[in-house]
Amino acid sequence: MMPELGKYADAVLGSYAVSIALIVFVVGWSLWRGAKVRRALAGVEARAGKGAEAKKHG
Amino acid sequence: MSLWEYSNPQKFMQLSRWALPWMAGASALCLVGGLIWGFFGTPDDYKQGSTVKIIYLHVPAAMMAINAWVMMLIASLVWLVRRHHVSALAAKAAAPVGLTFTLIALGTGALWGQPMWGTWWAWDPRLTSFLILALFYLGYIALWQAVDDPDTAADLTGVLCIVGSVFALLSRYAVNFWNQGLHQGASLSLDKKENVADVFWFPLLVCIAGFVLLFVALVLLRTRTEIRLRRMNALLARERMG
Repeated sequence: MMPELGKYADAVLGSYAVSIALIVFVVGWSLWRGAKVRRALAGVEARAGKGAEAKKHG
Repeated sequence: MSLWEYSNPQKFMQLSRWALPWMAGASALCLVGGLIWGFFGTPDDYKQGSTVKIIYLHVPAAMMAINAWVMMLIASLVWLVRRHHVSALAAKAAAPVGLTFTLIALGTGALWGQPMWGTWWAWDPRLTSFLILALFYLGYIALWQAVDDPDTAADLTGVLCIVGSVFALLSRYAVNFWNQGLHQGASLSLDKKENVADVFWFPLLVCIAGFVLLFVALVLLRTRTEIRLRRMNALLARERMG
């Protein structure tokens, strides 16, 4: 049940909205960037592995 | 086992892979639990009314904004003295998280200040030093982006971090140094008379734990990303040369 915030409702709800939005943004951005870099590294590693294999077998 | 072994990227990746889910889970539990407890389960303050509920966001965010910079300072010093790459990357990874906490502290402070002080902003010592800290975070992030060579970037940002530490300390102690301005003294104190009432104190402690754990989880996650990025750049450079 929602507590009675009275005349300060805007300040309280605004604070929670701003903070939660910023936290969600930094968490989401960190996860997205982490996944993007992991995928990119996997691609580069696969290429490097193939290159090394090709060199080994002439 | 020495602590320095974790400056080896492989060791760090192993440890952080194990620790990250625990930190993230504990952080989510504390943050959600603490905020629900604080928002729904605590009474209004006799002076501040319902705006006291902002304390559960403002105080932990402000604490972590300063502590994040202190962590960056320690990591930068480790880099400058011992040249461990993981520490430089951890400092880089912490900066956007610290900036986020600083913005939360500034935003919630303004939203609380308007009904309580009658103004969104005042050039008060603590508020001003916090604003400068936010600018230092921005400068630190921009400097990492501006320099191509990662070791040079780590050196320069390390020096910037040392300089910015003055403002991180000022943000913490400004109220004590200059006994003027609108911002009140610390909400938390070991002196029971000075400390906030228990009814607010316990949920606040849970929220502080949530913010600390969130910071650790995000820094681990972001440092892992930075280590991968560094490895990828090294492989790409080798590819270009070969």
